[in-house]
Amino acid sequence: MASSQVWQRDALALSLIVVLTLLRSSVALSQPDLQIVDAERRIDLTSHIIKVFLTLKVKNTGTSSASQVLLAFPPYQVDNLALLKAAASVGKKKKKYPSLDVNPKFPDGPNGTKYFAIDLLKPLGSGESSTVEILYILTHLLEPFPAEISQSEHQLVYFRDSAVILSPYHINQQTTFLKLPSREVESYTIIEPTKLAGLELKYGPYEDRVPHSFSPIIVHFENDNHFAVVEELVREVEISHWGSVQVTEHYKLAHAGARHKGVFSRLEYQGRPSASGASSFQQLLARLPPKVHSVYFRDNIGNISSSHLRVDSRKSELEIEPRYPLFGGWKATFIIGYKLPLEDFLYESPDGRRYLNFTFGCPLIETSVDKLTIKVSLPEGSKDPSLVAPFPVKQHLETSYSYLDVVGRTVVVLQKENVVPDHNLPFQVYYKFNPIFMLAEPLMLVSTFFLLFAACIAYLHIDLSIRKDKTS
Amino acid sequence: MNGPKAQESNPSKPASKNPDLLLPTSNFSLKTLKLKTKQQELLIRVSILCLVYVLAFITRLFSVLRYESMIHEFDPYFNYRTTLFLTEKGFYEFWNWFDSESWYPLGRIIGGTLYPGLMVTAALIYWTLRFLRFMVHIREVCVLTAPFFASNTTLVAYFFGKEIWDSGAGLVAAALIAICPGYISRSVAGSYDNEGVAIFALLLTFYLFVRAVNTGSLAWALASAFGYFYMVSAWGGYVFIINLIPLYVLVLLITGRYSMRLYVAYNCMYVLGMLLAMQIRFVGFQHVQSGEHMAAMGVFFLIQVFYFLNWVKHLLSDAKLFEIFLRITVTGAVGLGAIALGVGSASGYISPWTGRFYSLLDPTYAKDHIPIIASVSEHQPTAWSSFMFDFHFLLFLFPAGLYFCFKRLSDATIFIVMYGLTSMYFAGVMVRLILVATPAVCLISAIATSATIKNLTSLLKSKSKVTLSGSSRGSASSKASSKALLDYSLPFQKNAAIALLVGAFYLLSRYVTHCTWVTSEAYSSPSIVLAARGAHGNRVIFDDYREAYFWLRQNTPPDSKVMSWWDYGYQITAMGNRTVIVDNNTWNNTHIATVGRAMASYEDEAYEIMQSLDVDYVLVVFGGVTGYSSDDINKFLWMVRIGGGVFPVIKEPDYLVNGEYRVDKGASPKLLNCLMYKLCYYRFGELRTEYGKPPGYDRARSVEIGNKDIKLEYLEEAFTTSNWIVRIYKVKPPNNRW
Repeated sequence: MASSQVWQRDALALSLIVVLTLLRSSVALSQPDLQIVDAERRIDLTSHIIKVFLTLKVKNTGTSSASQVLLAFPPYQVDNLALLKAAASVGKKKKKYPSLDVNPKFPDGPNGTKYFAIDLLKPLGSGESSTVEILYILTHLLEPFPAEISQSEHQLVYFRDSAVILSPYHINQQTTFLKLPSREVESYTIIEPTKLAGLELKYGPYEDRVPHSFSPIIVHFENDNHFAVVEELVREVEISHWGSVQVTEHYKLAHAGARHKGVFSRLEYQGRPSASGASSFQQLLARLPPKVHSVYFRDNIGNISSSHLRVDSRKSELEIEPRYPLFGGWKATFIIGYKLPLEDFLYESPDGRRYLNFTFGCPLIETSVDKLTIKVSLPEGSKDPSLVAPFPVKQHLETSYSYLDVVGRTVVVLQKENVVPDHNLPFQVYYKFNPIFMLAEPLMLVSTFFLLFAACIAYLHIDLSIRKDKTS
Repeated sequence: MNGPKAQESNPSKPASKNPDLLLPTSNFSLKTLKLKTKQQELLIRVSILCLVYVLAFITRLFSVLRYESMIHEFDPYFNYRTTLFLTEKGFYEFWNWFDSESWYPLGRIIGGTLYPGLMVTAALIYWTLRFLRFMVHIREVCVLTAPFFASNTTLVAYFFGKEIWDSGAGLVAAALIAICPGYISRSVAGSYDNEGVAIFALLLTFYLFVRAVNTGSLAWALASAFGYFYMVSAWGGYVFIINLIPLYVLVLLITGRYSMRLYVAYNCMYVLGMLLAMQIRFVGFQHVQSGEHMAAMGVFFLIQVFYFLNWVKHLLSDAKLFEIFLRITVTGAVGLGAIALGVGSASGYISPWTGRFYSLLDPTYAKDHIPIIASVSEHQPTAWSSFMFDFHFLLFLFPAGLYFCFKRLSDATIFIVMYGLTSMYFAGVMVRLILVATPAVCLISAIATSATIKNLTSLLKSKSKVTLSGSSRGSASSKASSKALLDYSLPFQKNAAIALLVGAFYLLSRYVTHCTWVTSEAYSSPSIVLAARGAHGNRVIFDDYREAYFWLRQNTPPDSKVMSWWDYGYQITAMGNRTVIVDNNTWNNTHIATVGRAMASYEDEAYEIMQSLDVDYVLVVFGGVTGYSSDDINKFLWMVRIGGGVFPVIKEPDYLVNGEYRVDKGASPKLLNCLMYKLCYYRFGELRTEYGKPPGYDRARSVEIGNKDIKLEYLEEAFTTSNWIVRIYKVKPPNNRW
């Protein structure tokens, strides 16, 4: 009986939730009074990280004021959406771009369309209009076709999207520009007016499209850019109050482009570099902070001897070569480690806490990271760690042991999936630390040696033998 | 025979007291702080030992400085892999480990076919360090195990030298062995092999045994049994101990030096050592079943007979009666032993000597019967130059030391003489056994050096004392004064002594220079990374092996089977993490011969063999582009010989032209079309390696290759490293029938 009661209660709660959501959705969708007067979309397809710049001119044609603008994405894009940023465009001559909050909005629209709501700076009154600039970044959306290529072939990819912008609003006028990496375009869907000029493919302008209109396009083009994807990156940041920050980065790198098929000929690769392995890559560049030192580059079978480091006052550049060139589908794992001076990264906040100010993201340029973990291990004896990050990340605490640790170090673990270079923003870890703990390890060593010598002296001066030697 | 040792330590005391007396003693406070002579001597001795200890460690670090902290050569990679397994999975799993990644499809029972001493030692060091919160990586522990044990060996050498001669000789022995190239060759940082630990264990066992014989103490004999156990767990070379010690006991018996001390020492050491050694699975019951261990057992029974006879002699006062009894007993014992041995070997209970053992006694045996042993370069007979290279002037000190030993014969010196002579013989048979001879050579040379320098300095000192303290200080020993009297008769003796001392120190300094040079130039190369001088004098590094192994590890299916010549087996499993057909543990000759046969066959025949072995990739090592000479083409004749030894289809003359091995146009057609040739030279004919030479010019053999148009039908190139040193081919799946 009890269970049925529970069930009834659950059902009640469920129905309540359903009603509430219906209510909310009716609120959300009862804004047909917003209209997009003009939309321009620029899609940058030059690398495997797709950047989309969207400019919307929104006008409130209804009676009530609107505080949010909705963005719509087809489901496959949401899964690969790495970053979504919006900014208002304010001012006539001197334009300013104050950033706006973007949040996912439920429920989903027709055919699984996902919504994101942009909170406007101030509610848009009746008849007013405003311009919103949106940047979003997509990864893993260029599908290699053919999926397998041989060494001498170029890499061709598909890009699928809609010629018209998916939106819950009526769009009066819109244009889409696709920036392609090369002039070699195999095919593209034509939805008049469509124009290919040089490296730019233009869809539109289209006029008066109803909400949720979608006209799929496929562009098939050559893209020999390096599809360098770090499948997993673990960055360990260890703070030592004796003056350094040790960073160790474990990479699992893969070439995510068209898979390599058949023979790999070193002769072709060395003899005709232009005609062979166009989409493969050998070199990677990592941007490290200035004043970096003690850099190493190795993997789990030893040191990799092909790397160059250029250090100047503003930045350091580490040029690394994995052991072999990476063709489609090939993988390489490696470790980069370096030390940084403490004073550039550790600060004391006014309330007496210390904080580490460090850059999120992956130092390798032009790569996306599928799964990024940052482990900040605080010095032994630090308390109350707290994290300030510019975007939501998963976090938890761990304990690790390093040299001569007794109680272990607190490790703040940050995890984020689908990270792109635009995520390279500073984050802070605050913690309390009593400097007396710095002396614990040296004192331990000193006392060990002291005891050792004391034991030696004692051994030499004390006669432990039970029976006295006859000769003495 | 204990006497000389106890006396020997005394003369040094009055001698070293002299500086104490000659020092100005005006300052009172300084005088109270001054150490006593005994303490001074101890301080000097301990600091010298500490310095030698540190020196032995750091002189082996050249390779870490030149290259990196890495495991060297071939076998150490297996040891490293097993140590990794041990530290990750624990001892029980390690003991029961069946490795399916090697000897496909047979597999290998790792726990039962290795000497676990090295791995367990490294794991223990690792666990201890981790417990003390030194968060080191297991690789660092493995790399530094050999230098660490080399340092420990110097300590053992010191105590050994002290035991057989005096503490001076001990110090010299420690210093000599610390830098002796013969030992360094096997114990540089990264050379993570059984020998690194085993030489320490060997010397420790010998030292403890000699100590046990000298003292007759059960405790030392027990310690020596444990030392022997450690040696058995670490290296197959323990057979040397179990044969040398009985031989030594036999010599003592024959020379009439039988004593109760010897009886206690040998019985305890043999019985306990044998029982302990049986705990090592790889050794098992060999101590009672194999012919190589029978000498020890025979001597064990002989010493019982000796003891029994002594007892009877003690009881019987009649000499004539005893003689009769002796005759009967000896005849009976020898007869019984012979019958037991005969029956044992006839019934197969006692296994005959193995080929490896035979090849030690007869250097030509391996060449005729076991090509797989003969093919290894470190199993070749030793050239004079390598003796000189590894021992330098110790080679001349060795006979001098033997002279000193014979001059002051004792149980201990007899041991070191026997150790020196037998190990020298073995060192002559096989290059790698120079290692076993090194401690003996160092100890005997140390005796020579120490004794010579001591004589010379005492000569100088006694003379100066006579001139200085002729008036008052008459406390000099009578020996010195008698020498001083002698000195007056030889006027140039002092000068000669100075000249000899200078000469000795010059030679010692030459030795140090030589050792450092050899260590840095010859023995510190990891052989997995090759270094060469570039055109502008810069250092060029060829890291092709690791490039290929890492490629295999990352870009082939995890269950791929890789066929290569057995040299690279351990490295492929350790670094490439892929299954291999054969590896450096050459336990199955037929399997290796099958691979050799595949390499020596035409491609279609080889394809059938590869299909039957389920091979996915074939790996060959090729030095034609870089001029790297120890590649598979140069090893090819051994593949033919080993393959031909089992499969008569493969005949060595087919690959030779008038008994000559060549790869150019004049090569035999069979060679030009066999699998190995095709895989090494595939598309090499299109490559221009050297300016002014035709394409396809092989720099390792300095010829233009004979077959430039190589087509592969059943294999395809999967990967070639940047300097072409390693080439990997994929075996194509069979064609569809329809």
